[in-house]
Amino acid sequence: MTYFIKKIATLIITLFLVSVLSFLAFQIIPGDVVNSILGTEATPEREQQLREELGLDKPPVQRYINWASGILHGDLGVSYRYSKNMNEMMPVTELIGDKLPVTLWLGLISIIFTVLFAIPLGVLWAGTKNRFLDGALNVLTQGSMAIPSFFLGILVTYLFGIIFKMFIPGAYVSYKKDFWAFVLYLIFPAIAIAIPKIGMTARFLRNSTLTELRADYVRTAKSKGASDKSILFKHVLRNAMLPVVTFVGMIIAEVIAGSIVVEQVFSLPGVGRLLISSISTRDFPVVQVLILYITMVVILVYFVVDVIYRELDPRIRVE
Amino acid sequence: MMKKGSKKLNNYLIIGAVMAGVILILSILSLFWTPYSPTAMSAALKFKPPSFAHPFGTDNFGRDIFSRVMKAIGTSFLISVFVVLMSSVLGILIGAVTGYFGGLVDTVVMRIVDAVNGFPSILLALVVISVLGKGRANVVVALGIAFTPSFVRIVRGEFIRLRDADYIVRARLMGASKPRILFLHILPNIFSVFWVSVMIGFNNAILAESGLSYLGIGVQAPDATLGSMLSDAQGYLGTAPWYALAPGITIVWMVLAAAMLSEGISRRKKSQM
Repeated sequence: MTYFIKKIATLIITLFLVSVLSFLAFQIIPGDVVNSILGTEATPEREQQLREELGLDKPPVQRYINWASGILHGDLGVSYRYSKNMNEMMPVTELIGDKLPVTLWLGLISIIFTVLFAIPLGVLWAGTKNRFLDGALNVLTQGSMAIPSFFLGILVTYLFGIIFKMFIPGAYVSYKKDFWAFVLYLIFPAIAIAIPKIGMTARFLRNSTLTELRADYVRTAKSKGASDKSILFKHVLRNAMLPVVTFVGMIIAEVIAGSIVVEQVFSLPGVGRLLISSISTRDFPVVQVLILYITMVVILVYFVVDVIYRELDPRIRVE
Repeated sequence: MMKKGSKKLNNYLIIGAVMAGVILILSILSLFWTPYSPTAMSAALKFKPPSFAHPFGTDNFGRDIFSRVMKAIGTSFLISVFVVLMSSVLGILIGAVTGYFGGLVDTVVMRIVDAVNGFPSILLALVVISVLGKGRANVVVALGIAFTPSFVRIVRGEFIRLRDADYIVRARLMGASKPRILFLHILPNIFSVFWVSVMIGFNNAILAESGLSYLGIGVQAPDATLGSMLSDAQGYLGTAPWYALAPGITIVWMVLAAAMLSEGISRRKKSQM
């Protein structure tokens, strides 16, 4: 129980520090926001009014508290670039709202692909005595890790989109219109994200299995007459999968990063694409919130992975 | 693996060195000479497939893709060198001090390093770029910061391992100054481990730089980079697939070269032990 209290306390402190950092990072940016929204010809009165509207006239600590409490209440501020109409500013919540599901689904499908292919591949690889298969898998996984996800995305587009005509590149279907067409379209970017991760995870699982195969208990099982297969599946894999749990946590973080790039390749209207365009147009409230969100997701993933790992491995709980 | 143990060179090192050699020669050559001007346009030469005159074909403006790729290799290579230089120097300084002295500073720094290390580096680079703005120098700073934690980790581990070695204790007893112990006695002994991470750093720097350029927030036009060429080429995938393949395969080539070298160095180190 004390473990969980400690763990949650660290989580809260980390989240707090991250929020302070992402607030501070955007305070040191040169240039005046008000000028960039209104242009240089605005009257001083209008500038003053907007400054008050955005809360920029208050001291930094006060602004942080306003910003952070806003986020806790679901008020993420307003975008500097997008506006609803002439007089109303676009709240960041509305901007992100319909983009979030795209990224979430893309990430989810990519992770399913990764786990589905990487684990059998890694086990097969560790168990094989065929030197050709071993070599082929070595080259394939090494190669898959060397291809950047955006090039892979372009290759997938060319192969499945232009040559095999399995999908129309750029013809994204919104999840609101036709959910299954949406999922079907996402399969291709998900392949582009998943391939390098499959390579990494399979390599990792193979190495961790080979390490376990050298453990004493394997020799014991062998001397008791257990077959190679039952040693691999009943004894070794249970131990070899443990570090993979942590590794998959890392992969999830990488998938989130990968989707930022791959959304661009397939012109998916997701969070990643919004982030990149907001960075390009210097729309800082949006960037700030998106970075905070993505960071929080990554931290939470690591937290969950830690907890799962502890549940799976009783040896850690004793310590 | 075992039977080649006594050899100084292994296949990974040889293949990696040859692949990296090609890149090095092309990038140095590109400073003085390219087969055609990388910016010369010609309406007559639009979208010519690869041929003897244009080994990688021509693009939508009739520019020679091979010449552009050469220039782009130079840019990507140079940026990656500076990124690795920045992050490794920072990594050595921070890692040496925290590893050797330990204490509260070490605890705090390592907490931060661990937190940052779990983070995808492209995300971190995005944060820095969004604060600093686009451009060549900012890419170096952004990626330099993003890659520093992994170097800190490696260097710190090695300094902890060596700080109580006999010869260091002797040096301390002889009254050697702290900088002398850190940088003259310990540092030269960590290089074999360090080179592996330099190569992995290169690998990641090339991937991250081309990623940022692809997204249009890295190196800005008119400089040709592999990433920005790919993003231009994507629109002509149906008419001129070679346009995308050339920079893409070049990136894969560069990354593989670095990966082979790092694998080769670490195998050589293992066989020496």
